[in-house]
Amino acid sequence: MKDNKIKNVFHQGAITSDFIGSSIAKHQTKTAIGAHNIFLGQIRADQINGKTITAIEYTAYEDMANAKFHEIRETAFEKFDLTCMHIYHSLGEVKAGEICLFVFVSSPRRRMVFEALEFIVERIKADVPVFGRERFEDDTHQWKVNS
Amino acid sequence: MNISIMYFGQIAEVTGVKEETMLLEHRLISELVSFLIQKYPELESKSFQVAQNKELVSFDTQLTGEEIALLPPFAGG
Repeated sequence: MKDNKIKNVFHQGAITSDFIGSSIAKHQTKTAIGAHNIFLGQIRADQINGKTITAIEYTAYEDMANAKFHEIRETAFEKFDLTCMHIYHSLGEVKAGEICLFVFVSSPRRRMVFEALEFIVERIKADVPVFGRERFEDDTHQWKVNS
Repeated sequence: MNISIMYFGQIAEVTGVKEETMLLEHRLISELVSFLIQKYPELESKSFQVAQNKELVSFDTQLTGEEIALLPPFAGG
C-alpha cells in the first residue's frame, strides 16, 4: 500500500529466499492484484585479472539513500498504476550467489508492472548513494561502480 | 562556520575517517573541495560528488553549513 513515510529500505546481510517467499505470500489477501513482478539482484563471482570476487560489502549514506528510495517510490506511484511496491537493499557482506536487492511491484494488470520494475531498478542504480567494496578470494578488494 | 563532513566508500579509505567537523570560512562547495584536496592530496585522483543536506550539489553552490558528504560512484543493486 502507498504511504508517505520514509521507510528504511536497508536489510543487514543477504536477502534470503525465505524472506522473498513470505513477502509474496503476504499478498494473497490483496485480491485486487492481478500481476506481480520481481527483480532480484544477485552477486556475480566476476573474474578480474585472474582473481574471483567472493563477496560485496555494502555501505550507504543511509539517510540520503532512504530519502532517494522514497522519491523513487513516490515517482513510481505517480507514473504507474501500482497497488503496492517494496524495495529491500542489503548492507554489510553479501556473498557471491546471494541476493542483495529485492524489488517487488504489484498491479491489477501486467503491463504496468513490467514498465514500473525497470524504471525503479534503473533509478536505484543511478540515484541512490550505496557503495560496494568487492572482495576477492585473497582478501584484496576493489570498488564497484555501476555502469 | 562549523561544518560536518562525511566520507563514504573509497573516499573514506583516503581520508581514514568517516566523519569530521571543521571550522571553515569557505563560501562555495568548490572552495571546500580545494581545501579537502590540500588536506587529503589523494582525493585529487578520485571521482566523487558532493551532497549538501542530502542533495547532490554542483561545485559552484553556496556552502550553507549543513550536512556535507563526499560520495564516490554509486554501486547499488
